[in-house]
Amino acid sequence: MSREQFKNVDPPFWVAWNQALASIRVRFFRQLITSVGIALGIAFFACIQTMRLAEASHEAETEARLKWLVATSLVMCLVGVTNSMLMSVAERYREIGTIKCLGASDSFIVKVFFLEAMLLGLVGSFGGSLLGVTLMQLANLTSGNIVPFPAAAGVVLIGTVVGMFMTVAAAIAPAMQAARMPAAAALRVEV
Amino acid sequence: MSEVKKHEVVVRTSNVAKQYGEGEAAVRALNGVSCEIYSGEYLSIMGPSGSGKSTLFNMIGGLDKPSEGSVFVNSVDIAQLTPRELAFLRCHTIGYIFQTFNLITVRTALENVTLPMLFAGTSPDEAEERGAKLLDLVGLGHRLHHRPSELSGGQQQRVAIARSLANNPAIILADEPTGNLDLKTGQEIIDLLRHLNEDRNVTIISATHDHKMLDVSDRIFHIRDGQLAKIETKEELALTGHSAQL
Repeated sequence: MSREQFKNVDPPFWVAWNQALASIRVRFFRQLITSVGIALGIAFFACIQTMRLAEASHEAETEARLKWLVATSLVMCLVGVTNSMLMSVAERYREIGTIKCLGASDSFIVKVFFLEAMLLGLVGSFGGSLLGVTLMQLANLTSGNIVPFPAAAGVVLIGTVVGMFMTVAAAIAPAMQAARMPAAAALRVEV
Repeated sequence: MSEVKKHEVVVRTSNVAKQYGEGEAAVRALNGVSCEIYSGEYLSIMGPSGSGKSTLFNMIGGLDKPSEGSVFVNSVDIAQLTPRELAFLRCHTIGYIFQTFNLITVRTALENVTLPMLFAGTSPDEAEERGAKLLDLVGLGHRLHHRPSELSGGQQQRVAIARSLANNPAIILADEPTGNLDLKTGQEIIDLLRHLNEDRNVTIISATHDHKMLDVSDRIFHIRDGQLAKIETKEELALTGHSAQL
């Protein structure tokens, strides 16, 4: 066999998609907890953001304070999501090593984690932003300080996009690192 | 043995050494191993734990890179391969069997067997058909859609064997394949491997402690302190009566 024959092609997209779906379906409870973690973080962010819009304060000082709160909520959320995704990659080193032995390229492994994180992030952050916005609107019912629908929908949209982006970003770095490890090293890792 | 006599080399190592860690903490797991493994033979690698047996095994399988020396699989130096080429080699040329089975827990038996075929670019229909045949071959034709958690240890190892055959590899690497199985199941797995070795002419390289495994081997490599201490052939084993050796 000569080197020229080593032209490896990645399997079609649906192979990675099915692997990601199977991983979510079978580890449903574990993945649910990850997703709820993401959802809670994003719900907090959506809450603060809705509160900021509801106050619609023209006072520069209040506005600045609320923006500061929004930023803080995002940082908290990022830490929580990163923690969940790091764990979810770390507990699967063996699986990564095995799948490498079967002939998966590094990019296939990263692709599976990418898709999984995207799905979890989508579900978690959509649910979370919906929860956050609804709670805040309910709380503001008595004072009549309700954010109109388009703006509230905007908060949900932003929350979903931001949450999904954070989840993928938090998963991709450890997944890439795990994919690049020699297969033997990945198989040795005990968690 | 007739295939062995042709002495067509499928794996060759030349002065392979592997060191873990640096400086004073360095551990030299392998210390200059040179050997040739012939196409179609059933080879056992013996040695106490910590002898470097698993390290040699990982080198041969392209799972790890040597610190010094080279490993040639089908006369290709695997240290020269890019990660993608290495993935290709693992996919097409080598099948792996592990002591702990290492099935993909989230997929069914059939999906475990077809996954390497999909990596090789086989169409899903063909993969499913071939996968079902392979599972039938190892006696699990009735367990296609069970997940690993629903199978016994012996059954899981059979799935792993079917999976290792997925892309008709030239070599099957088995790391203590009977280590986690009871005696009877272990014997069945050994018989199955020997059968595949004879029927399909696939080279089997197995790291083992299991004496039953030695009886079926064409040759045995004894590893001591990171070096190849002795090579025994089946004939020599029969002459000396291997109880004395072990």
